[in-house]
Amino acid sequence: MARYVVATTGDIPVGTNKVVTVRGREIAVFNVKGAFYAFLNKCPHEGARLCHGAVVGLVRSDEPGTFEYTRQGEILRCPWHGWEFDIRTGQSWVDPENTWVKNYPASIERGGKLVEGPYKAEVFPVSVEEDYVVLEV
Amino acid sequence: MNETLVRTAGATPVKDGVVDCDIHPLPARPDDVLAYMPERWQEHHRVYGSHFRAPFRESSPWPRAAPAISRRDAWPPNGNMPGSDLPFMREQHLDLHNIEFGILQVLGFATGSQRNLDYSAAIASALNQWQLDYWCNPEPRLKGSIVIPTEDPEAAVAEIERWAGHPAFAQIFMTPRLTEPMGRRRYWPIYEAASRHNLPIGIHGGGHGAHATTGGGWPSYYIEEHPTAGQSAQALITSLIVEGVLERWTNLRFVVVEAGFAWVPALGWRLDKHWRRLRSEVPHIERLPSEQMHQHFWFTTQPVDEPERPDDMRRTFDWIGWDRILYASDYPHWDFDDPRYAFPFRLSPEERAMLFRDNAVSLFGLA
Amino acid sequence: MSWRDVKPIDCDIHVVVPHTGVLLPYLDDYWRDYVTVRGVRNLDMTSYPPTAPLTSRPDWRPATGHAGTDLALLRRHVFDELGAQIAICNVVWGAQALHHHHLAAALCRAVNAWVAAEWLDREPRLRASIVVPWQNAAHAVEEIERCAPDRRFVQVLLLAMADQPLGREHYWPIYEAAARHGLPIAIHAGSAYRHATTSLGWPSTLLEDYVAQASGFQNQLMSLICEGALSKFPDLKVVLVESGVTWLPAFMWRANKIWRAMRMETPWVDRPPAAIVRDQVRLTLQPFDAPPDAAVVERVIEQIDSDRTILFATDYPHWQFDEDEVIPAGLSADLARRVLVDNALATYPRLESLS
Repeated sequence: MARYVVATTGDIPVGTNKVVTVRGREIAVFNVKGAFYAFLNKCPHEGARLCHGAVVGLVRSDEPGTFEYTRQGEILRCPWHGWEFDIRTGQSWVDPENTWVKNYPASIERGGKLVEGPYKAEVFPVSVEEDYVVLEV
Repeated sequence: MNETLVRTAGATPVKDGVVDCDIHPLPARPDDVLAYMPERWQEHHRVYGSHFRAPFRESSPWPRAAPAISRRDAWPPNGNMPGSDLPFMREQHLDLHNIEFGILQVLGFATGSQRNLDYSAAIASALNQWQLDYWCNPEPRLKGSIVIPTEDPEAAVAEIERWAGHPAFAQIFMTPRLTEPMGRRRYWPIYEAASRHNLPIGIHGGGHGAHATTGGGWPSYYIEEHPTAGQSAQALITSLIVEGVLERWTNLRFVVVEAGFAWVPALGWRLDKHWRRLRSEVPHIERLPSEQMHQHFWFTTQPVDEPERPDDMRRTFDWIGWDRILYASDYPHWDFDDPRYAFPFRLSPEERAMLFRDNAVSLFGLA
Repeated sequence: MSWRDVKPIDCDIHVVVPHTGVLLPYLDDYWRDYVTVRGVRNLDMTSYPPTAPLTSRPDWRPATGHAGTDLALLRRHVFDELGAQIAICNVVWGAQALHHHHLAAALCRAVNAWVAAEWLDREPRLRASIVVPWQNAAHAVEEIERCAPDRRFVQVLLLAMADQPLGREHYWPIYEAAARHGLPIAIHAGSAYRHATTSLGWPSTLLEDYVAQASGFQNQLMSLICEGALSKFPDLKVVLVESGVTWLPAFMWRANKIWRAMRMETPWVDRPPAAIVRDQVRLTLQPFDAPPDAAVVERVIEQIDSDRTILFATDYPHWQFDEDEVIPAGLSADLARRVLVDNALATYPRLESLS
């Protein structure tokens, strides 16, 4: 498990994502309300690139005709077949026991700490003053 | 590990050529199509517009899963509609999935539901010339489907005569929800012409016809309406068989598009069983209905049915007959099927060849 | 084992209202005059022409009159020859297709009273479905309340096609009342002909019309699931009667698939539709649309993947099988036993006294 610096926090505004390639893997990094989450950019169903999905909330209902809409900004609908995934965990909402997207721990690190290593910046130049998104892959 | 994870993890790139039996092109600008119509009908279009047998001019009665019914990643960089940009279609689909041939199916112009039959004939003609100029000529992998003004069979036959034999066109295009069930005599001139030219007829599911979407009335939700393409397909097969169309024109070949396939075996069993019981009502039907189904109908796979056990998909293909299964993607629509992942069981090389390529090549005479 | 030795519970046989005249004793003065003065002689239904081969097996057809109108013949065929211990009568009759919903209510009430007096009172092995004027849910509930104290009424009868899909809230009071009284909802093949029987329009033959009933059931099941009717009444059982059965696996696969894509549209459907079907939906055995190939039948049964789903039924006097081939080859002995007796007992609380 190595750690990779993949973006500045400013590169990925809240509600958006950035696709990075780490060790040949395409990974989508999402900013959910200031926290970062990363998972394989590939739907486990038919392989759609999840970075194109709509970021929505979670709708639930205890009673036909009522709509309880929560967790706005935390659910990703696959850009093809609409399967919903929890951005925080990669877990499928419609088949939580069996279906998930492989996710990678993401954290925010201060540039000053990163230049001391042992992080792999690969193609990414790091400056001391900024905050960075770091993935463990 | 679950089925779906295994499915994508084990996928291999598409090495061999694929024939995609359902691709939806759209004009980048409506004028691209309208320009092919006589000024009189262009004017009619500008003033009165197109007519759907549905309440909204531009939206479905059931809001679709996504804008333009499309994959969210299918909007071309130039911002035009999904399916309207040939270079982007090449990059995102034809090249990526190694599409050797793609069959175009033009939706959205509703030639079968126009108020004005002469306008419907003009728009059908325009769509055919447009397919040729904008798609088939610049991209020879793409084959057109002859759009016809279905409710005016005489004009429909004229349109078939105009294009039959043209190497850019693979089939005649119809939709199932018409004024009357598809097997009724009103439409026989179309079948006679198809038979005479030995042209397959592709019947693309969905659309808004003259009747309620179900025998029990109008559904409330898209989640209910989307699967009704399967029931319409059951009705169209039943109608074509029971009316005797296939006894009369024995070389006819129909392609049922975008209705799935898992329902096919049970329909054959049901038709056989009740045909035996009610034979005296239909003495003109001499061949077992399930045999007629197998002889005259091909089925595109999309939207791929997803059995709870993947092996049941194989079993369903066994029951339908592997020689009657055609891969289709439905690109660029949201319920697109990726040829690499849509079939979550191991295909033998022979099965793979039939499903992805050879059945379609021989059905449409592609070369 | 012969299935007869098990003394099956037959969940679908038909008794027939030969003409409106037999109901006159069960109508009040206004409605008796209404049907007499207005000439409402018969409301037998387009979907079952009495002389069509489907409507009666030749050896079950009486010398005169309609099959299903003679108790002595029914006793002989259903109980003596087919060996049923109990049989549930379904009266598929046009009261449920009338536009005049008050007239429908009067006639349904009369049909139920007639069934109780002329059939149930005379043959203790018979049970019946409550025919309800579903055109008006309040009238339908009233009729359920009226019949429910009579435990010989074991379910509520609807048809596969009418004005609007069966999941709609219009029908919920009926489902509420049914669930409260331990009455399953039976949906029987047939149409009130409010819409063409196919989405392509009106077919040309009875054959197409009958084949299309299977699609009607598929649409109704989807409506009941998606509108939330089955979730709203989790104790309710729905019995699809004369549906053809073998379309069910393909239906479940497609329903699950579209639910995974679109469940945000109907979030009260909080689990895969197939799970709801296996919990709450039952199907009667005949007609069983399958080839005479035990391996295919076995596979379809595996795909249904529930030994509780199928209920034995002959569909007497309709002609769905010959001789005594009512059990399709391919059902295991264990499953056959459940189908013949146990599943009906589990589905119909009012048959408990038999177990």
